[in-house]
Amino acid sequence: MAGKMKQKKGAAVQTLAGKSRESLSVRLGKNIRKNWILYVMILPVLVYYIVFAYAPMYGVQLAFKNYRVKDGIFGSPWVGFDHFKRFFSAYNFKQLLMNTLGISVYSILVGFPIPIIFALMLNYVKNKYLKKTVQMVSYAPYFISTVVMCGMITIFMSTDSGIFNIIRGFLGMEPVDALSKPGWFKSIYVWSGVWQGMGWSSIIYISALSGVDMQLHEAAIVDGATKLQRILHVDLPSIKPTIIMLLILQMGSLMGVGFEKVFLLQNTLNKSAASVISTYVYEVGLINSDYGYSTAVGLFNSVINVVLIVTANQLSKRLADESLF
Amino acid sequence: MREKKMHVKNSYSDKIFDGVNVAVMIFLLIIFVWPLWFVVIASVSNPNEVWNGNVILLPKGFTLMAYEELMKYKMIWTGYRNTIFYTVVGTLVNLVVTICAAYPLSRKDFMPRNFFMFLFMLTMYFSGGLIPTYLVVNKVGLVNSPWAMIVPGACSIYNVIITRTYFINSIPSTLQDAAELDGANSFQYLMRVVLPLSKPIIAVIALYYAVGHWNDFYTALIYINKQEYMPLQSFLRDILMSNKMTLNDMQGLDAAATEARMRLAQTLKYSVIIVSTVPVLCIYPFIQKYFVKGVMIGSVKG
Repeated sequence: MAGKMKQKKGAAVQTLAGKSRESLSVRLGKNIRKNWILYVMILPVLVYYIVFAYAPMYGVQLAFKNYRVKDGIFGSPWVGFDHFKRFFSAYNFKQLLMNTLGISVYSILVGFPIPIIFALMLNYVKNKYLKKTVQMVSYAPYFISTVVMCGMITIFMSTDSGIFNIIRGFLGMEPVDALSKPGWFKSIYVWSGVWQGMGWSSIIYISALSGVDMQLHEAAIVDGATKLQRILHVDLPSIKPTIIMLLILQMGSLMGVGFEKVFLLQNTLNKSAASVISTYVYEVGLINSDYGYSTAVGLFNSVINVVLIVTANQLSKRLADESLF
Repeated sequence: MREKKMHVKNSYSDKIFDGVNVAVMIFLLIIFVWPLWFVVIASVSNPNEVWNGNVILLPKGFTLMAYEELMKYKMIWTGYRNTIFYTVVGTLVNLVVTICAAYPLSRKDFMPRNFFMFLFMLTMYFSGGLIPTYLVVNKVGLVNSPWAMIVPGACSIYNVIITRTYFINSIPSTLQDAAELDGANSFQYLMRVVLPLSKPIIAVIALYYAVGHWNDFYTALIYINKQEYMPLQSFLRDILMSNKMTLNDMQGLDAAATEARMRLAQTLKYSVIIVSTVPVLCIYPFIQKYFVKGVMIGSVKG
């Protein structure tokens, strides 16, 4: 056994020494011969990513072309930035952009702090059963499908028997058909999202809070700190890295308002508020078959996404010394 | 009950804090549970009682009418069958592909692992977008094929990363040396040592994928036009969002019958939510701890 180990070590030294002499391809060849099983395993995955991720990236050139079925992607004629110009001057460009950003900003303002507050408060619940029950129940809505979620929203918001209007009536307010009023759309979208996601998003903070040094808390108690002060001066600073990390991720998805929920909740009456870039891409692309234009709109969106995530990452690297990559 | 447990003398402000805290938690409990509970009781109540807003805490005029009615709609069961197929086969494919990616990427002696990692992770930030992806899927002949529900989403890089992180952090590399000395090749080592030791993470990603398939609506919207291949969620959308089911057979009914039909249609919505969500919510209490574990593993920077 020892002999074999020595042999291995010797081989390692040799490859290190030979690094300068052997070219990359020779070393790769050796590695393939030794670990051919690993290469065989990863081959299908590589094929998958080439076909379903990189081939579509090749197709992004459609954004600069006038797609014709008979010519295919490669053969269709170039049109430069025409699709982009058309999008920027479209009557609904500003509306789409403002809706997309508006929904994201509202989502972040409301949906980002709430799970943190929830985790902090849950952390101080003394009754174990209450704590466990609230925790478990709060995750459940996360597993409900978007379709069912939207179905429930329509049921609860309906004018004739929905609980929302029953409560409004109770408070002496007029019933309102909120789903057909553009002004209500963002709030419905964001607050139903909070209901569905806050428990789930809080898990990561709860686990971060469980790692907070107990000695800090004990010292704070000795100094006579109240629970609120302990939250502000012990807990929050301790989970700051987690918070910043997740905030960067959120910033990166500022332009990525999910398609499904907006699409399912939109109707002819609330459409002025309920159309975002992703639903527009679907509409002009798959419904109107305007392939080039749809690709251009999608590309515009994803370029901004990448810029946002890189910027947010740099910013947090500089300001807080935390980064994703 | 809460007072009994307090042995530390709290300041006045802490007492207020605790009081508010418990009140908020109970409020949240109601907010989370009631909507789900309401759907359950409304599905077994008399449609008229639900319509008049009398069903709040307990079912009124217990009836299984809505479920009986639901049994008559064949498409629901077609959707159910399809979804079960997509979930089972899809999750198996997902698992195989994910392990095939995560295992080599976890091995330090796999030379191009950083290259592959970069290649795969880039797809998290860049993608071709809807139409270019659609054209590719169309070109490989998957549009309107049941495999469109499985193949284009065969691998999620997020799950690859958490699986790889688990392989790296939780399986001692000395085991690999030992296995090599015993003459096991990489594949045998994977099957006999790595996978048996990785049951928790495999359970987690299997559950992530399975719930994803069960709830998937988007893929069918884009790629599937044939009713016979549509998953449950597509039919659910028709019933919940556009009343398709009831409007079809309402012609030639008088006003009162139409009204009754409308109310039944509303109750039908509750029962269809229950029927579609029950499988997930039934297993949920047993699997939730694994999900939580998955979030924890995932949060470790890979």
